[in-house]
Amino acid sequence: MLRRHFLLAAASLFALPAHAQTAWDNILEAARGQTVYWHAWGGDPKINDFIAYVGEQAQSRHGVKLEHVKLASTADAVARVLGERNAGTLTGGAVDLIWINGENFAAMKDQGLLFGPFAENLPNWTYVDVAGKPAVVTDFTLPTEGYESPWAMAQLVFEYDSSRLPQPPRTLEALKDWVLAHPGRFTYPQPPDYLGATFLKQVAYGTLADPSVMQAPLDEATYEQTMAPMWAWLDEVTPALWRAGKAYPQNEPALGQLLADAEIDIGFALNPGRASAEIAAGNLADSVRTFTFEGGTIGNASFVAIPFNAAHQAGAQVVANLLLDPEIQARAQDPAVLGFQTVLNLDALSPADRTRFDALELGIATLSPADLGPALLEPHGSWMVRISQDWIQRYGVAQ
Amino acid sequence: MISGGLLRWAPRLTLALLAGPVAAGLLGTLIPAFSNDAKGFRALLDWPGLWPALRLSLTTGLAATALSLGITLLLVASLWGTRVFALIQHLLAPLLSVPHAAAALGLAFLIAPSGWIARLLSPWATGWAHPPDLLILNDPYGLSLTLGLVAKEVPFLFLMALAALPQTDVARRLNVAQSLGAGRIAAFLVSVLPSLYSQLRLPVYAVLAYSMTAVEMAMILGPTRPATLSAQVVIWMADPMLQGQSTAAAGAMLQLAAVLAALLLWVGAERIARHALIRLAEAGLRAHLVDPALRGLAILTGSLTAGALILGLASLAVWSVAGLWQFPDALPESLTMRTWMRAAPDLIRTGALTLGIAATATGLSLALVLACLEAEHRHGLSPRAGALWVLYLPLLVPQVAFLPGLQAAALRSGAEGHWLAVAAAHLVFVLPYVFLSLAPAYRAWDNRISVAGLSLGASPARVFWRLRLPMLLRPVLTAAAVGLAVSVGQYLPTLLIGGGRVETLTTEAVALSSGGNRRLIGAYALLQMLLPALGFALALLLPALVFRHRRGMAVTS
Repeated sequence: MLRRHFLLAAASLFALPAHAQTAWDNILEAARGQTVYWHAWGGDPKINDFIAYVGEQAQSRHGVKLEHVKLASTADAVARVLGERNAGTLTGGAVDLIWINGENFAAMKDQGLLFGPFAENLPNWTYVDVAGKPAVVTDFTLPTEGYESPWAMAQLVFEYDSSRLPQPPRTLEALKDWVLAHPGRFTYPQPPDYLGATFLKQVAYGTLADPSVMQAPLDEATYEQTMAPMWAWLDEVTPALWRAGKAYPQNEPALGQLLADAEIDIGFALNPGRASAEIAAGNLADSVRTFTFEGGTIGNASFVAIPFNAAHQAGAQVVANLLLDPEIQARAQDPAVLGFQTVLNLDALSPADRTRFDALELGIATLSPADLGPALLEPHGSWMVRISQDWIQRYGVAQ
Repeated sequence: MISGGLLRWAPRLTLALLAGPVAAGLLGTLIPAFSNDAKGFRALLDWPGLWPALRLSLTTGLAATALSLGITLLLVASLWGTRVFALIQHLLAPLLSVPHAAAALGLAFLIAPSGWIARLLSPWATGWAHPPDLLILNDPYGLSLTLGLVAKEVPFLFLMALAALPQTDVARRLNVAQSLGAGRIAAFLVSVLPSLYSQLRLPVYAVLAYSMTAVEMAMILGPTRPATLSAQVVIWMADPMLQGQSTAAAGAMLQLAAVLAALLLWVGAERIARHALIRLAEAGLRAHLVDPALRGLAILTGSLTAGALILGLASLAVWSVAGLWQFPDALPESLTMRTWMRAAPDLIRTGALTLGIAATATGLSLALVLACLEAEHRHGLSPRAGALWVLYLPLLVPQVAFLPGLQAAALRSGAEGHWLAVAAAHLVFVLPYVFLSLAPAYRAWDNRISVAGLSLGASPARVFWRLRLPMLLRPVLTAAAVGLAVSVGQYLPTLLIGGGRVETLTTEAVALSSGGNRRLIGAYALLQMLLPALGFALALLLPALVFRHRRGMAVTS
């Protein structure tokens, strides 16, 4: 442990100019003894265990106590910060750190609810793979500008039970044919759920004449015409969905449960290592495998952000920095733990840290980075919001 | 005891403690709903799901209330005084202590196409190698939701009926009516029901209000395209675009109006039923023939509701120790304690906090209720009808309509996020139940004992501490157990007033249910039920132990 500290300190010394070093020392000093309330979705015990492990590390390395406030939805934390500001709580707020990205981040940044910029001043920022993984500084096309710090990479992967389905469909067109031929065996989480909306964007990628228009804010004038092929695809598939589209699972775990219960044959997740981790935990059959589309699937990053009124901003930055620590990143990528892909550039790491990643088993159902295929860029946030709204109008109200 | 002058103020203080938070909370919700040119209402009207959601709230609420009341009355009418009735009384406490979220999750696994019933019957009876594509859960008509609500509300109404029965003189009324030639059911309808229902009326209204506005159950069992109005209000509260707050407030106000409309509708139906009953009585209703059939129906519906709860919970218990458990296996491939071992530290921590909050809220409620009842007795106060309505206020006003406002108030005062603030919020919901379950026994206590004590020179305080309280130990403990159960089951008050930082078993269980991990949900739900069940067990065992040498205090039922 001592040696680790020394190495870490030495590495930081080389990486940072002297004044940054003292600034960080001041932050460490202020953070010691603080309790950081990290508001993060609490629906997955594997993630909860990982956060508890980060808490142990924060305590032993920096004397920072980490409390995981388990949310049913990230938006709860956003609403809470807004509620605090409206009630005049400008300091000493309840939320210190939020697991966030996409529209939640855009909303908070837009309303000036975030502390920062802080991310690029974190000592471990030097390891982040900004060049190789542009999603770590661009959240749904919105530049993060240091107002949030990345901690995990995500990419949409499909999961299927190879004992029931030997040859999965590897294009959107093939998926449609398969769904129509096997009614009731496929579905997606109900938008505006995050994963459900991500699936809609994946459909858009596969059906739009020019998907690159989604990189700019949506244009009202051409929106209807642009999206028509996506709605056509959904119209065709919906009657053959699970429950004929009369009910939808509410989120990623609910979809995963349907796959585990054999109610559906193909599920999907934003975590390429989820299937392996679930198999390791005894929740999924070991015949489950994953696949991606031939043209690639949507990829993005998970971040942490600090509210403007957080009571423990120093402690929150220490935790954000700790999440970028190579040892902790390697643990997150371990399929037996989380299977989250790292945000770090492996070539920037010390040989010792590099070994941690090289030693990881891929997991029985996880694709290698080469097999995973290209990660498609997230569309501008305005598309996700609008597509979800229109989905509710078209499919979300029964009568 | 408190001095006489102070004691006189206890009822007023108690009513203020109930009405104050509700009124303040409503006001706090009302303002954002109408602010910004009533922007919230316009957004609400623009939402395409509004009318279906509103209709769902009304239909599921009214259907669940009518069914729950019907089943309860049927059970009382056809089984009162039988051994089955005594058995139901014993089952009641554990059934009452099942929190709504746990009941819904258990039921969901029971009836899903890939659920326990289908697994037990597959593939040998059904031929299903994989689950059929049947829309049972989250059905668009809210039938699963109604079933879940009924399973949870029948035990409550039954308890309320039990409390009311001693004042209705059932045995003699039935005797008279039956000796005049009426069948059992007919005798109950014309001689017992009118006086029983007048005491059940407020509990029934509370069931109606709750059924229309239940959030956890609607989220787990209810339709999703759209969800019921109350579930949608909670979704809006958490809107990531931060524009949903005023829509949520407007929706909550609409929800309140809908509850009032449904109550009016119900009162109208009461009138009609009353006329019909008088007609039947005048026509000399005998109806012997229906008795056996209705008795069978009572046993069937009673066992169905109890069975749904018990089997659902049993399935959660199995999940909490399950290894891989695939369809159509009737039981898991392997059993493991891993879930419990991994969750143990969290379970102990949240369990202790849950118990601390529940004990505080229940202890305060009990003290207030006892002070009220003793003041009533000593000063000869008789509660006005209005007081009873205030008592029911927290149960009648939808939680989504006043808790957000209360949360804003708590935020401003800085109390929000502390477990004591959560306990104070729980008090508002716990106190009515403690009062309702204690008052009948307290008032029924034989006053001649008090007169004897006073005439022997004891002070009123001494009579209270040495005679009344010990003799009423069993109902006091039962009321405490009910209070404990109510507090443990609170979701929205804990979430909103606790600011997410006060984690109880219930908030954890609901957060976990969004992740669908049945193993962990099973562990939390079991513990969530265990705490109140322990309370009920104590309420049963302690008096038996204390009074083991007092034949007159023995439990007769």
